[in-house]
Amino acid sequence: MRTRTSRHWLSGVMIGLTYLAAILATLPLLLILAHLIGKGASSLSLSFFTNMPKPVGETGGGMANAIVGTLILIGIASLIGLPIGIGGGIYLSEKRRTPLAHTVRFLSDVLNGLPSIVMGIFAWEFLVRPAGHFSALAGGAAVGAMMIPLVTRTTEEMLRVVPTSLREAALALGYPKWRTSLSVVLRTALAGIATGALVAVARIAGETAPLLFTAFGNQFWSTSVHEPIAALPLQIFTYAISPYDEWHAQAWAGALVLITIVLVISLAARVVTRSRFGAAVD
Amino acid sequence: MQQSTEVAPGARVIPNVVAPRPVAAPAREASTADKPAVIASDLWAYFGDTAAVKDVSFAAPAQAVTAIIGPSGCGKSTLLRCLNRMHETAPNTRVEGKVEILGTSIYGEGTSATVVRRHVGMVFQRPTPFPTMSIRNNVAAGLRVAAERPQSRAGLQDTIEEALKRAGLWEEVKDRLDDSAMALSGGQQQRLCIARALAIRPRVILLDEPTASLDPLSTQKIEELVYHLRETVTVVIVTHNMQQAARVSDRTAFLLVGELVEFAATNALFTAPKDPRTEAYITGRFG
Repeated sequence: MRTRTSRHWLSGVMIGLTYLAAILATLPLLLILAHLIGKGASSLSLSFFTNMPKPVGETGGGMANAIVGTLILIGIASLIGLPIGIGGGIYLSEKRRTPLAHTVRFLSDVLNGLPSIVMGIFAWEFLVRPAGHFSALAGGAAVGAMMIPLVTRTTEEMLRVVPTSLREAALALGYPKWRTSLSVVLRTALAGIATGALVAVARIAGETAPLLFTAFGNQFWSTSVHEPIAALPLQIFTYAISPYDEWHAQAWAGALVLITIVLVISLAARVVTRSRFGAAVD
Repeated sequence: MQQSTEVAPGARVIPNVVAPRPVAAPAREASTADKPAVIASDLWAYFGDTAAVKDVSFAAPAQAVTAIIGPSGCGKSTLLRCLNRMHETAPNTRVEGKVEILGTSIYGEGTSATVVRRHVGMVFQRPTPFPTMSIRNNVAAGLRVAAERPQSRAGLQDTIEEALKRAGLWEEVKDRLDDSAMALSGGQQQRLCIARALAIRPRVILLDEPTASLDPLSTQKIEELVYHLRETVTVVIVTHNMQQAARVSDRTAFLLVGELVEFAATNALFTAPKDPRTEAYITGRFG
Protein backbone atom coordinates (compact mmCIF):
# COMPACT_ATOMS: atom_id res chain seq x y z
CA MET A 1 0.00 0.00 0.00
CA ARG A 2 1.18 3.45 -0.92
CA THR A 3 2.01 5.89 1.86
CA ARG A 4 0.19 9.15 2.32
CA THR A 5 3.20 11.19 1.22
CA SER A 6 3.75 9.23 -1.97
CA ARG A 7 0.08 9.61 -2.93
CA HIS A 8 0.32 13.35 -2.36
CA TRP A 9 3.50 13.48 -4.40
CA LEU A 10 1.93 11.55 -7.28
CA SER A 11 -1.16 13.73 -7.16
CA GLY A 12 1.02 16.83 -7.37
CA VAL A 13 2.89 15.49 -10.41
CA MET A 14 -0.34 14.57 -12.19
CA ILE A 15 -1.92 17.96 -11.53
CA GLY A 16 1.28 19.57 -12.79
CA LEU A 17 1.07 17.51 -16.00
CA THR A 18 -2.52 18.55 -16.64
CA TYR A 19 -1.54 22.20 -16.17
CA LEU A 20 1.28 21.68 -18.66
CA ALA A 21 -1.11 20.06 -21.15
CA ALA A 22 -3.56 22.93 -20.77
CA ILE A 23 -0.83 25.47 -21.45
CA LEU A 24 0.50 23.50 -24.43
CA ALA A 25 -3.02 23.31 -25.87
CA THR A 26 -3.40 27.08 -25.94
CA LEU A 27 0.20 27.79 -26.90
CA PRO A 28 -0.16 27.36 -30.70
CA LEU A 29 -2.98 29.90 -30.87
CA LEU A 30 -1.05 32.41 -28.78
CA LEU A 31 2.11 31.92 -30.89
CA ILE A 32 0.18 32.30 -34.14
CA LEU A 33 -1.57 35.42 -32.90
CA ALA A 34 1.67 36.98 -31.68
CA HIS A 35 3.45 36.13 -34.92
CA LEU A 36 0.61 37.46 -37.08
CA ILE A 37 0.44 40.69 -35.16
CA GLY A 38 4.20 41.06 -35.38
CA LYS A 39 4.31 40.45 -39.12
CA GLY A 40 0.96 41.82 -40.29
CA ALA A 41 0.07 44.74 -38.05
CA SER A 42 2.56 47.07 -39.78
CA SER A 43 0.80 46.66 -43.14
CA LEU A 44 -2.63 47.17 -41.60
CA SER A 45 -4.19 50.57 -42.01
CA LEU A 46 -7.57 51.92 -42.95
CA SER A 47 -6.56 51.74 -46.61
CA PHE A 48 -6.09 47.98 -46.29
CA PHE A 49 -9.82 47.70 -45.74
CA THR A 50 -10.91 50.29 -48.28
CA ASN A 51 -8.41 49.98 -51.14
CA MET A 52 -8.11 47.50 -53.97
CA PRO A 53 -4.93 45.49 -54.50
CA LYS A 54 -2.19 47.44 -56.26
CA PRO A 55 0.09 46.01 -58.96
CA VAL A 56 3.53 44.79 -57.99
CA GLY A 57 5.96 47.60 -57.37
CA GLU A 58 3.39 50.08 -56.16
CA THR A 59 3.23 50.51 -52.40
CA GLY A 60 0.03 50.50 -50.36
CA GLY A 61 -3.14 48.94 -51.61
CA GLY A 62 -5.52 46.74 -49.68
CA MET A 63 -7.81 43.77 -49.82
CA ALA A 64 -11.22 45.46 -49.80
CA ASN A 65 -12.47 43.13 -52.53
CA ALA A 66 -11.26 40.01 -50.70
CA ILE A 67 -12.78 41.07 -47.36
CA VAL A 68 -16.14 41.80 -48.97
CA GLY A 69 -15.82 38.61 -51.05
CA THR A 70 -15.23 36.51 -47.95
CA LEU A 71 -18.27 38.04 -46.26
CA ILE A 72 -20.42 37.33 -49.35
CA LEU A 73 -19.15 33.74 -49.47
CA ILE A 74 -19.94 33.30 -45.76
CA GLY A 75 -23.42 34.68 -46.46
CA ILE A 76 -24.09 32.28 -49.35
CA ALA A 77 -22.68 29.35 -47.38
CA SER A 78 -24.89 30.18 -44.38
CA LEU A 79 -28.00 30.48 -46.56
CA ILE A 80 -27.32 26.98 -47.87
CA GLY A 81 -25.75 25.31 -44.86
CA LEU A 82 -27.80 26.60 -41.92
CA PRO A 83 -31.38 25.76 -43.02
CA ILE A 84 -30.40 22.31 -44.27
CA GLY A 85 -28.17 21.63 -41.28
CA ILE A 86 -30.65 22.82 -38.66
CA GLY A 87 -33.53 21.04 -40.41
CA GLY A 88 -31.51 17.84 -40.56
CA GLY A 89 -30.61 18.17 -36.89
CA ILE A 90 -34.26 18.61 -35.94
CA TYR A 91 -35.17 15.50 -37.92
CA LEU A 92 -32.42 13.47 -36.25
CA SER A 93 -33.51 14.45 -32.77
CA GLU A 94 -37.25 14.01 -33.39
CA LYS A 95 -36.98 10.67 -35.21
CA ARG A 96 -33.98 9.31 -33.36
CA ARG A 97 -34.36 5.64 -34.06
CA THR A 98 -35.66 5.45 -37.63
CA PRO A 99 -33.46 3.75 -40.24
CA LEU A 100 -33.29 7.04 -42.14
CA ALA A 101 -32.01 8.82 -39.03
CA HIS A 102 -29.23 6.24 -38.59
CA THR A 103 -28.27 6.63 -42.24
CA VAL A 104 -28.31 10.42 -42.15
CA ARG A 105 -26.24 10.43 -38.95
CA PHE A 106 -23.64 8.12 -40.46
CA LEU A 107 -23.47 9.97 -43.77
CA SER A 108 -23.14 13.34 -42.12
CA ASP A 109 -20.22 12.02 -40.10
CA VAL A 110 -18.63 10.83 -43.34
CA LEU A 111 -19.35 14.17 -44.99
CA ASN A 112 -17.75 15.90 -42.00
CA GLY A 113 -14.55 13.97 -42.61
CA LEU A 114 -14.55 14.59 -46.35
CA PRO A 115 -11.38 16.43 -47.45
CA SER A 116 -12.37 19.97 -48.40
CA ILE A 117 -10.53 19.77 -51.72
CA VAL A 118 -12.89 16.96 -52.73
CA MET A 119 -15.82 19.21 -51.94
CA GLY A 120 -14.23 21.79 -54.25
CA ILE A 121 -13.83 19.30 -57.11
CA PHE A 122 -17.41 18.19 -56.65
CA ALA A 123 -18.72 21.76 -56.77
CA TRP A 124 -16.57 22.41 -59.84
CA GLU A 125 -17.98 19.36 -61.60
CA PHE A 126 -21.60 20.17 -60.89
CA LEU A 127 -21.74 23.97 -60.61
CA VAL A 128 -18.76 25.46 -62.42
CA ARG A 129 -18.47 23.19 -65.46
CA PRO A 130 -22.15 23.25 -66.49
CA ALA A 131 -22.24 27.05 -66.02
CA GLY A 132 -19.01 27.47 -67.93
CA HIS A 133 -17.45 29.90 -65.49
CA PHE A 134 -16.28 30.23 -61.89
CA SER A 135 -18.67 31.97 -59.54
CA ALA A 136 -19.23 33.12 -55.98
CA LEU A 137 -22.31 30.94 -55.94
CA ALA A 138 -20.27 27.78 -56.61
CA GLY A 139 -17.76 28.77 -53.93
CA GLY A 140 -20.49 29.51 -51.40
CA ALA A 141 -22.22 26.23 -52.21
CA ALA A 142 -18.98 24.28 -51.71
CA VAL A 143 -18.29 25.74 -48.26
CA GLY A 144 -22.00 25.71 -47.43
CA ALA A 145 -22.05 21.96 -48.03
CA MET A 146 -19.16 21.69 -45.57
CA MET A 147 -21.26 23.45 -42.93
CA ILE A 148 -24.18 21.03 -43.23
CA PRO A 149 -22.76 18.08 -41.25
CA LEU A 150 -21.32 20.36 -38.58
CA VAL A 151 -24.61 22.17 -38.06
CA THR A 152 -26.66 18.97 -38.28
CA ARG A 153 -24.73 17.23 -35.54
CA THR A 154 -24.53 20.21 -33.17
CA THR A 155 -28.25 20.92 -33.67
CA GLU A 156 -29.10 17.31 -32.92
CA GLU A 157 -26.84 17.35 -29.88
CA MET A 158 -28.37 20.55 -28.54
CA LEU A 159 -31.93 19.30 -29.04
CA ARG A 160 -31.07 15.99 -27.46
CA VAL A 161 -29.96 17.57 -24.20
CA VAL A 162 -33.36 19.24 -23.80
CA PRO A 163 -34.82 16.97 -21.10
CA THR A 164 -37.75 14.73 -22.06
CA SER A 165 -39.53 16.10 -18.99
CA LEU A 166 -39.83 19.51 -20.68
CA ARG A 167 -41.30 17.91 -23.78
CA GLU A 168 -43.77 16.04 -21.58
CA ALA A 169 -44.65 19.19 -19.65
CA ALA A 170 -45.59 20.92 -22.89
CA LEU A 171 -47.56 17.93 -24.17
CA ALA A 172 -49.40 17.72 -20.85
CA LEU A 173 -50.45 21.35 -21.26
CA GLY A 174 -52.13 20.40 -24.51
CA TYR A 175 -49.43 21.52 -26.91
CA PRO A 176 -49.63 19.63 -30.20
CA LYS A 177 -46.49 17.68 -31.00
CA TRP A 178 -45.22 20.08 -33.67
CA ARG A 179 -45.71 23.02 -31.34
CA THR A 180 -43.93 21.26 -28.51
CA SER A 181 -40.95 20.72 -30.79
CA LEU A 182 -41.03 24.28 -32.05
CA SER A 183 -41.82 26.50 -29.09
CA VAL A 184 -40.42 24.42 -26.25
CA VAL A 185 -37.72 22.04 -27.46
CA LEU A 186 -36.29 24.20 -30.24
CA ARG A 187 -36.68 27.37 -28.19
CA THR A 188 -34.85 25.83 -25.25
CA ALA A 189 -32.02 24.66 -27.49
CA LEU A 190 -31.87 27.85 -29.54
CA ALA A 191 -28.84 29.39 -27.85
CA GLY A 192 -26.94 26.15 -28.31
CA ILE A 193 -27.97 25.86 -31.93
CA ALA A 194 -26.96 29.47 -32.61
CA THR A 195 -23.60 28.76 -31.03
CA GLY A 196 -23.17 25.69 -33.21
CA ALA A 197 -24.08 27.72 -36.30
CA LEU A 198 -21.54 30.41 -35.45
CA VAL A 199 -18.85 27.85 -34.77
CA ALA A 200 -19.58 26.30 -38.17
CA VAL A 201 -19.36 29.72 -39.82
CA ALA A 202 -16.04 30.38 -38.10
CA ARG A 203 -14.85 26.98 -39.21
CA ILE A 204 -15.55 27.58 -42.94
CA ALA A 205 -14.59 31.27 -43.04
CA GLY A 206 -10.96 30.35 -43.57
CA GLU A 207 -11.47 27.46 -46.00
CA THR A 208 -9.25 27.76 -49.04
CA ALA A 209 -9.25 24.45 -50.88
CA PRO A 210 -12.97 24.36 -51.85
CA LEU A 211 -12.66 27.89 -53.26
CA LEU A 212 -9.63 27.24 -55.49
CA PHE A 213 -11.67 26.21 -58.49
CA THR A 214 -15.10 27.48 -57.56
CA ALA A 215 -14.94 31.09 -56.34
CA PHE A 216 -11.50 31.20 -57.97
CA GLY A 217 -10.51 34.63 -56.71
CA ASN A 218 -10.67 37.98 -58.44
CA GLN A 219 -8.15 40.83 -58.60
CA PHE A 220 -10.97 43.26 -59.26
CA TRP A 221 -14.01 44.49 -57.42
CA SER A 222 -16.98 42.15 -57.82
CA THR A 223 -20.01 41.49 -55.69
CA SER A 224 -21.94 39.50 -58.28
CA VAL A 225 -22.69 35.96 -57.22
CA HIS A 226 -22.35 34.79 -60.83
CA GLU A 227 -18.79 36.12 -61.25
CA PRO A 228 -15.57 34.81 -59.80
CA ILE A 229 -15.08 36.51 -56.45
CA ALA A 230 -12.08 37.39 -54.32
CA ALA A 231 -11.72 35.77 -50.92
CA LEU A 232 -9.23 36.43 -48.14
CA PRO A 233 -7.82 32.89 -47.97
CA LEU A 234 -7.30 32.83 -51.75
CA GLN A 235 -5.71 36.25 -51.74
CA ILE A 236 -3.40 35.22 -48.91
CA PHE A 237 -2.46 32.09 -50.84
CA THR A 238 -1.72 34.04 -54.04
CA TYR A 239 0.32 36.66 -52.23
CA ALA A 240 2.19 34.25 -50.02
CA ILE A 241 3.54 32.14 -52.89
CA SER A 242 4.53 35.24 -54.90
CA PRO A 243 8.18 36.31 -54.96
CA TYR A 244 7.48 39.93 -53.88
CA ASP A 245 8.18 41.24 -50.40
CA GLU A 246 5.31 43.79 -50.49
CA TRP A 247 2.90 40.99 -51.31
CA HIS A 248 4.26 38.88 -48.46
CA ALA A 249 3.57 41.72 -46.06
CA GLN A 250 0.06 42.05 -47.48
CA ALA A 251 -0.48 38.29 -47.03
CA TRP A 252 0.43 38.59 -43.32
CA ALA A 253 -1.97 41.47 -42.90
CA GLY A 254 -4.70 39.48 -44.71
CA ALA A 255 -4.09 36.53 -42.41
CA LEU A 256 -4.42 38.81 -39.40
CA VAL A 257 -7.75 40.15 -40.70
CA LEU A 258 -9.01 36.64 -41.43
CA ILE A 259 -8.14 35.34 -37.99
CA THR A 260 -9.73 38.41 -36.43
CA ILE A 261 -13.00 37.69 -38.30
CA VAL A 262 -12.92 34.12 -37.03
CA LEU A 263 -12.17 35.26 -33.47
CA VAL A 264 -15.01 37.77 -33.53
CA ILE A 265 -17.45 35.09 -34.71
CA SER A 266 -16.23 32.71 -32.00
CA LEU A 267 -16.64 35.41 -29.37
CA ALA A 268 -20.15 36.11 -30.64
CA ALA A 269 -20.87 32.40 -30.20
CA ARG A 270 -19.84 32.64 -26.56
CA VAL A 271 -21.95 35.72 -25.95
CA VAL A 272 -24.98 34.01 -27.50
CA THR A 273 -24.47 30.99 -25.24
CA ARG A 274 -24.41 33.19 -22.17
CA SER A 275 -27.54 35.13 -23.06
CA ARG A 276 -30.06 35.64 -20.29
CA PHE A 277 -32.21 32.54 -20.34
CA GLY A 278 -30.07 30.51 -22.69
CA ALA A 279 -27.47 29.98 -20.01
CA ALA A 280 -29.79 27.64 -18.16
CA VAL A 281 -29.46 25.09 -20.94
CA ASP A 282 -25.75 25.38 -21.52
CA MET B 1 -49.10 30.32 -35.29
CA GLN B 2 -51.99 30.07 -32.87
CA GLN B 3 -53.92 26.87 -32.94
CA SER B 4 -57.33 28.04 -34.01
CA THR B 5 -60.00 26.49 -31.91
CA GLU B 6 -62.27 29.50 -31.78
CA VAL B 7 -65.48 29.39 -33.71
CA ALA B 8 -65.81 32.86 -35.13
CA PRO B 9 -63.15 35.37 -34.15
CA GLY B 10 -64.62 38.74 -33.36
CA ALA B 11 -68.10 37.33 -32.96
CA ARG B 12 -67.48 36.68 -29.28
CA VAL B 13 -67.58 38.93 -26.27
CA ILE B 14 -64.70 38.86 -23.83
CA PRO B 15 -65.29 35.77 -21.73
CA ASN B 16 -65.36 35.89 -18.00
CA VAL B 17 -62.04 34.21 -17.39
CA VAL B 18 -62.68 33.66 -13.70
CA ALA B 19 -65.73 31.49 -14.09
CA PRO B 20 -65.04 27.77 -14.35
CA ARG B 21 -65.85 26.45 -17.77
CA PRO B 22 -67.25 23.06 -18.75
CA VAL B 23 -64.77 20.48 -19.91
CA ALA B 24 -66.76 19.41 -22.92
CA ALA B 25 -70.20 20.44 -24.07
CA PRO B 26 -72.11 22.61 -21.60
CA ALA B 27 -74.98 20.12 -21.70
CA ARG B 28 -72.92 17.67 -19.70
CA GLU B 29 -72.39 20.15 -16.90
CA ALA B 30 -75.48 19.19 -14.95
CA SER B 31 -74.56 15.57 -14.55
CA THR B 32 -71.02 16.19 -13.26
CA ALA B 33 -71.97 17.26 -9.77
CA ASP B 34 -73.20 13.89 -8.63
CA LYS B 35 -71.21 11.75 -11.03
CA PRO B 36 -67.57 10.81 -10.40
CA ALA B 37 -65.22 13.09 -12.36
CA VAL B 38 -62.87 10.33 -13.49
CA ILE B 39 -64.06 6.83 -14.26
CA ALA B 40 -61.62 4.18 -15.44
CA SER B 41 -63.11 0.88 -16.57
CA ASP B 42 -61.18 -2.30 -17.37
CA LEU B 43 -58.07 -0.27 -18.05
CA TRP B 44 -54.95 -1.99 -19.37
CA ALA B 45 -51.70 -0.15 -20.18
CA TYR B 46 -48.79 -1.78 -21.97
CA PHE B 47 -45.12 -1.11 -22.61
CA GLY B 48 -44.49 -3.33 -25.59
CA ASP B 49 -45.92 -6.69 -24.49
CA THR B 50 -45.65 -6.00 -20.78
CA ALA B 51 -48.79 -4.88 -19.03
CA ALA B 52 -48.01 -2.19 -16.45
CA VAL B 53 -51.64 -1.60 -15.53
CA LYS B 54 -53.90 -4.66 -15.43
CA ASP B 55 -57.64 -4.41 -15.65
CA VAL B 56 -58.01 -1.45 -13.32
CA SER B 57 -61.43 0.04 -12.66
CA PHE B 58 -62.04 2.90 -10.27
CA ALA B 59 -63.98 6.12 -10.03
CA ALA B 60 -62.53 9.33 -8.59
CA PRO B 61 -65.25 11.53 -7.09
CA ALA B 62 -65.55 15.09 -8.30
CA GLN B 63 -63.98 17.85 -6.19
CA ALA B 64 -62.12 15.45 -3.99
CA VAL B 65 -58.58 14.18 -3.74
CA THR B 66 -57.96 10.60 -4.82
CA ALA B 67 -54.57 9.13 -3.95
CA ILE B 68 -52.91 6.23 -5.72
CA ILE B 69 -50.36 4.45 -3.55
CA GLY B 70 -48.22 1.37 -3.96
CA PRO B 71 -44.59 0.24 -4.05
CA SER B 72 -42.17 1.44 -6.74
CA GLY B 73 -42.88 -0.02 -10.15
CA CYS B 74 -46.47 -0.97 -9.32
CA GLY B 75 -47.79 1.03 -12.25
CA LYS B 76 -49.22 3.99 -10.36
CA SER B 77 -47.56 6.60 -12.56
CA THR B 78 -48.58 4.69 -15.67
CA LEU B 79 -52.16 4.55 -14.45
CA LEU B 80 -52.10 8.30 -13.85
CA ARG B 81 -50.63 8.93 -17.30
CA CYS B 82 -53.51 6.99 -18.85
CA LEU B 83 -55.91 9.58 -17.44
CA ASN B 84 -54.68 12.39 -19.71
CA ARG B 85 -53.38 10.23 -22.54
CA MET B 86 -49.74 10.89 -21.71
CA HIS B 87 -48.96 7.18 -21.64
CA GLU B 88 -49.17 7.00 -25.42
CA THR B 89 -46.47 9.66 -25.87
CA ALA B 90 -43.80 7.12 -24.95
CA PRO B 91 -42.69 4.85 -27.80
CA ASN B 92 -44.21 1.40 -28.17
CA THR B 93 -47.06 1.84 -25.71
CA ARG B 94 -50.72 0.89 -25.83
CA VAL B 95 -53.85 1.44 -23.76
CA GLU B 96 -56.97 -0.73 -23.64
CA GLY B 97 -60.20 -0.08 -21.81
CA LYS B 98 -62.16 3.03 -21.12
CA VAL B 99 -61.54 6.29 -19.29
CA GLU B 100 -64.34 8.75 -18.87
CA ILE B 101 -63.59 12.24 -17.66
CA LEU B 102 -66.56 14.46 -16.83
CA GLY B 103 -68.71 12.41 -19.14
CA THR B 104 -66.32 12.37 -22.09
CA SER B 105 -64.72 9.11 -23.13
CA ILE B 106 -61.13 10.27 -23.64
CA TYR B 107 -60.10 7.25 -25.68
CA GLY B 108 -63.29 7.48 -27.71
CA GLU B 109 -63.20 7.85 -31.45
CA GLY B 110 -62.70 11.40 -32.60
CA THR B 111 -61.36 12.58 -29.25
CA SER B 112 -57.96 14.18 -29.67
CA ALA B 113 -55.27 13.57 -27.06
CA THR B 114 -54.21 17.21 -27.32
CA VAL B 115 -57.68 18.43 -26.45
CA VAL B 116 -57.95 15.98 -23.54
CA ARG B 117 -54.69 17.30 -22.09
CA ARG B 118 -55.97 20.88 -22.26
CA HIS B 119 -58.71 19.91 -19.83
CA VAL B 120 -56.78 17.58 -17.56
CA GLY B 121 -53.77 19.27 -15.98
CA MET B 122 -50.65 17.39 -14.93
CA VAL B 123 -47.72 18.08 -12.62
CA PHE B 124 -44.67 15.85 -12.64
CA GLN B 125 -42.29 14.42 -10.11
CA ARG B 126 -39.53 16.90 -10.86
CA PRO B 127 -40.36 20.56 -11.44
CA THR B 128 -40.43 21.29 -15.17
CA PRO B 129 -40.57 25.05 -15.69
CA PHE B 130 -39.68 26.10 -19.24
CA PRO B 131 -36.14 27.44 -18.84
CA THR B 132 -36.35 29.97 -21.66
CA MET B 133 -39.47 31.61 -20.28
CA SER B 134 -40.02 34.13 -17.51
CA ILE B 135 -42.18 33.27 -14.51
CA ARG B 136 -45.06 35.13 -16.13
CA ASN B 137 -44.73 33.33 -19.46
CA ASN B 138 -44.46 29.97 -17.76
CA VAL B 139 -47.86 30.48 -16.17
CA ALA B 140 -49.24 31.72 -19.49
CA ALA B 141 -47.71 28.86 -21.48
CA GLY B 142 -50.78 26.67 -21.45
CA LEU B 143 -53.09 29.57 -22.23
CA ARG B 144 -51.47 29.96 -25.62
CA VAL B 145 -53.03 26.73 -26.81
CA ALA B 146 -56.11 26.73 -24.58
CA ALA B 147 -59.53 26.57 -26.15
CA GLU B 148 -60.58 29.70 -24.34
CA ARG B 149 -57.90 32.24 -23.64
CA PRO B 150 -58.01 35.73 -22.22
CA GLN B 151 -58.70 38.20 -25.01
CA SER B 152 -57.03 41.21 -23.44
CA ARG B 153 -53.74 41.97 -21.72
CA ALA B 154 -55.54 42.79 -18.51
CA GLY B 155 -57.50 39.55 -18.69
CA LEU B 156 -54.25 37.65 -19.15
CA GLN B 157 -52.66 39.40 -16.16
CA ASP B 158 -55.68 38.55 -14.03
CA THR B 159 -55.52 34.91 -15.05
CA ILE B 160 -51.80 34.74 -14.28
CA GLU B 161 -52.26 36.41 -10.90
CA GLU B 162 -55.16 34.17 -9.99
CA ALA B 163 -53.28 31.00 -10.96
CA LEU B 164 -50.25 32.06 -8.93
CA LYS B 165 -52.46 32.87 -5.96
CA ARG B 166 -54.17 29.50 -6.14
CA ALA B 167 -50.75 27.86 -6.22
CA GLY B 168 -49.69 29.92 -3.18
CA LEU B 169 -46.80 31.50 -5.05
CA TRP B 170 -48.08 35.00 -5.78
CA GLU B 171 -46.63 36.72 -2.72
CA GLU B 172 -43.19 35.30 -3.40
CA VAL B 173 -42.96 36.21 -7.09
CA LYS B 174 -45.27 39.20 -7.67
CA ASP B 175 -42.34 41.62 -7.85
CA ARG B 176 -40.26 39.54 -10.25
CA LEU B 177 -42.68 38.06 -12.75
CA ASP B 178 -40.27 38.75 -15.60
CA ASP B 179 -37.34 36.92 -14.04
CA SER B 180 -36.30 33.55 -15.35
CA ALA B 181 -38.27 30.69 -13.83
CA MET B 182 -34.95 28.98 -13.21
CA ALA B 183 -34.15 31.57 -10.53
CA LEU B 184 -36.79 30.01 -8.26
CA SER B 185 -36.09 27.32 -5.68
CA GLY B 186 -37.18 23.73 -6.34
CA GLY B 187 -40.30 24.06 -4.22
CA GLN B 188 -41.22 27.35 -5.86
CA GLN B 189 -40.63 25.83 -9.30
CA GLN B 190 -43.01 23.02 -8.45
CA ARG B 191 -45.68 25.47 -7.29
CA LEU B 192 -45.06 27.40 -10.52
CA CYS B 193 -45.80 24.20 -12.43
CA ILE B 194 -49.00 23.81 -10.44
CA ALA B 195 -49.92 27.42 -11.28
CA ARG B 196 -49.16 26.70 -14.94
CA ALA B 197 -51.47 23.71 -14.84
CA LEU B 198 -54.19 25.67 -13.01
CA ALA B 199 -54.04 28.67 -15.35
CA ILE B 200 -55.96 26.86 -18.07
CA ARG B 201 -58.66 26.04 -15.52
CA PRO B 202 -58.67 22.28 -15.73
CA ARG B 203 -61.51 20.49 -13.99
CA VAL B 204 -59.20 17.60 -13.19
CA ILE B 205 -55.56 17.82 -12.18
CA LEU B 206 -53.14 14.90 -12.00
CA LEU B 207 -50.15 15.07 -9.66
CA ASP B 208 -47.39 12.52 -10.21
CA GLU B 209 -45.44 12.36 -6.94
CA PRO B 210 -45.29 16.16 -6.84
CA THR B 211 -43.19 16.29 -3.67
CA ALA B 212 -40.76 13.46 -4.39
CA SER B 213 -37.88 15.83 -5.13
CA LEU B 214 -38.68 18.47 -2.51
CA ASP B 215 -37.61 19.24 1.05
CA PRO B 216 -40.07 18.78 3.96
CA LEU B 217 -41.06 22.45 4.14
CA SER B 218 -41.84 22.72 0.42
CA THR B 219 -43.63 19.38 0.69
CA GLN B 220 -45.83 20.75 3.44
CA LYS B 221 -46.72 23.81 1.36
CA ILE B 222 -47.71 21.63 -1.58
CA GLU B 223 -49.74 19.31 0.62
CA GLU B 224 -51.68 22.26 2.03
CA LEU B 225 -52.20 23.45 -1.51
CA VAL B 226 -53.51 20.06 -2.64
CA TYR B 227 -55.80 19.96 0.37
CA HIS B 228 -57.41 23.24 -0.70
CA LEU B 229 -57.47 22.48 -4.41
CA ARG B 230 -60.35 20.04 -3.89
CA GLU B 231 -62.65 22.99 -3.40
CA THR B 232 -62.37 23.80 -7.10
CA VAL B 233 -60.91 20.83 -8.95
CA THR B 234 -60.79 17.07 -8.90
CA VAL B 235 -57.33 15.90 -7.88
CA VAL B 236 -55.71 12.54 -8.52
CA ILE B 237 -52.34 12.25 -6.79
CA VAL B 238 -49.76 9.51 -7.06
CA THR B 239 -47.50 9.16 -4.07
CA HIS B 240 -45.21 6.58 -2.56
CA ASN B 241 -45.56 8.33 0.76
CA MET B 242 -48.44 6.75 2.68
CA GLN B 243 -48.56 9.53 5.29
CA GLN B 244 -49.00 11.99 2.48
CA ALA B 245 -51.88 10.00 1.03
CA ALA B 246 -53.46 9.82 4.48
CA ARG B 247 -53.03 13.57 5.00
CA VAL B 248 -54.33 14.93 1.72
CA SER B 249 -56.72 12.44 0.15
CA ASP B 250 -60.38 11.53 0.50
CA ARG B 251 -60.10 8.20 -1.26
CA THR B 252 -57.12 5.95 -1.76
CA ALA B 253 -56.35 3.30 -4.34
CA PHE B 254 -53.71 0.69 -3.52
CA LEU B 255 -51.94 -0.73 -6.55
CA LEU B 256 -49.71 -3.80 -6.60
CA VAL B 257 -47.89 -5.06 -9.72
CA GLY B 258 -50.37 -3.29 -11.94
CA GLU B 259 -53.49 -4.56 -10.21
CA LEU B 260 -55.87 -2.52 -8.12
CA VAL B 261 -55.91 -4.31 -4.79
CA GLU B 262 -58.18 -2.02 -2.85
CA PHE B 263 -59.97 1.24 -3.42
CA ALA B 264 -61.76 2.84 -0.49
CA ALA B 265 -62.23 5.95 1.57
CA THR B 266 -58.76 6.95 2.80
CA ASN B 267 -59.74 6.66 6.43
CA ALA B 268 -61.17 3.18 5.98
CA LEU B 269 -58.24 1.96 3.87
CA PHE B 270 -55.66 3.02 6.44
CA THR B 271 -57.54 1.98 9.57
CA ALA B 272 -59.43 -1.10 8.42
CA PRO B 273 -57.98 -2.48 5.19
CA LYS B 274 -60.04 -5.30 3.76
CA ASP B 275 -57.32 -7.00 1.75
CA PRO B 276 -54.44 -8.65 3.67
CA ARG B 277 -51.98 -7.31 1.03
CA THR B 278 -53.09 -3.75 1.75
CA GLU B 279 -52.68 -4.34 5.45
CA ALA B 280 -49.20 -5.78 4.92
CA TYR B 281 -48.20 -2.76 2.84
CA ILE B 282 -49.54 -0.03 5.10
CA THR B 283 -48.13 -1.66 8.22
CA GLY B 284 -44.76 -1.68 6.51
CA ARG B 285 -44.26 -5.37 6.03
CA PHE B 286 -43.12 -4.85 2.42
CA GLY B 287 -42.67 -2.15 -0.20
